[in-house]
Amino acid sequence: MRKNMRCVLGLALAACLLAGVATTSALAESGSTEIVVAAAADLSTALREIADNYEKQTGTKIKLSFAASGALTQQIENGAPFDVFFSADMGYPNQIIAAGDADRATLFEYAVGKLVLWAPADSLLDVEHKGIDILLDPSVKKIAIANPQHAPYGRAAEATLKHYHLYDKVSGRLVLGENIAQAAQFVESGNAQAGFVALAHAASPAMEGKGKYWVIPAEAYPALAQGAVVLTHSRHKKEAAAFLQYMKSKEATDVLRKYGFTLPPG
Amino acid sequence: MTIDWQSFLLTLELALAVAAILVIFGLPIAYWIAFSRHRWKFLVEAVVALPIVLPPTVLGFYVLVALGPRSPLGRWWISLTGHTLAFTFTGLVIGSILYSLPFAVQPFAASFSAVDRKLIAASATLGASPLRSFFSIILPLSIPGLVTGMALTFAHTMGEFGVVLMVGGNIPGVTRTVSIDIFDRVQASDYAGANATALVLLAVCFGVLAVVYGVNRKAWTVDPVK
Repeated sequence: MRKNMRCVLGLALAACLLAGVATTSALAESGSTEIVVAAAADLSTALREIADNYEKQTGTKIKLSFAASGALTQQIENGAPFDVFFSADMGYPNQIIAAGDADRATLFEYAVGKLVLWAPADSLLDVEHKGIDILLDPSVKKIAIANPQHAPYGRAAEATLKHYHLYDKVSGRLVLGENIAQAAQFVESGNAQAGFVALAHAASPAMEGKGKYWVIPAEAYPALAQGAVVLTHSRHKKEAAAFLQYMKSKEATDVLRKYGFTLPPG
Repeated sequence: MTIDWQSFLLTLELALAVAAILVIFGLPIAYWIAFSRHRWKFLVEAVVALPIVLPPTVLGFYVLVALGPRSPLGRWWISLTGHTLAFTFTGLVIGSILYSLPFAVQPFAASFSAVDRKLIAASATLGASPLRSFFSIILPLSIPGLVTGMALTFAHTMGEFGVVLMVGGNIPGVTRTVSIDIFDRVQASDYAGANATALVLLAVCFGVLAVVYGVNRKAWTVDPVK
């Protein structure tokens, strides 16, 4: 019995080693250029489509990493190996430029984000017509927003609530998502009855028919001017700059518009 | 740079609640694992050990979705309590109980198994019921294992992050635990605050564990033949 056990163990170990060697050699062999993109969570729908199109056209592989803009800023300032950073505001890119981690010359505003108040499709709240007033409904026990401390869409939600003088009334019912995508997930799963999410998320094909929403008027919050920048420590600056250039093309801007982003004037 | 003491109190409450509840629920499970002779015992042991291997995000996902308002279980919970499991202290407790289950049950079961079977047999021949044997013989001889299990559960829950991040909603005084507070501060570039909070957490956990391990062997060891 012992001899068989030793054989089995030996085979298992050999299999693990083989798998390890195979994986590392496969990784080393991949020849095509690859850029790693850090992107704000609100882009998780639009940027995936844009990156797919870009990959098909140019062969450059794009690896996407989505998180709150504040979280990504922290990672970048501490040496994360990203090539490009798409923020949901201009503040974080400027912070990174000031810290010397990004090239000011490559900074540009790629889109303007929009905030919406979202409720699930089967909700009794008539958010499309009543708008912000649904928050006063007693059935709304939890309202999801992104964490204003490090997510631009969270700050926009906070500003909106203050603009409508509702912040003090509802602050006890707020639940904070790590980023705008998690905030959306809190409402989608029904755990929060309403939430402030990105229009890019609400209007995406995946959310078709799952919810109803009210676009927050632009005057209620400071405009979500979203900036992108190439990072100083990138080892693929040429490809990164090329991708940012592609973001200005008609094909890319069409996709952005499809997902509810507006383009900055000029 | 002020430390958020409210989150410390909340985290301590959570850790103590989970440790206490797991003693009550963990002892029967551990007893069964240690003394049962069913052939399929290994399956139960595997289930109990699952939380060690599964990422906390799996648990968080299930609490959010599988126990959420769209599921039958979730709806039953809402009809009972009036609100969802997510975003509440109770939700955190339940998630943490599941997540810390092996840290309590495994030391308990190990210490039960280590009790000399001859003593249990002797107790039975002297007419003691299994329950009486448990409280008079097995439990006193297993106290070091019990204390270890409780200490591990306490420490593990103090450091709980993944489940809280998934289902907590970051509500101050309700679900904003110390680990979330540290994470928030780092993301807001408040490194000084994060450092201070992390050091206090480290000191508290180390202090508790040091006392428990230091006192454990000497104070509780029962010499059955004196």
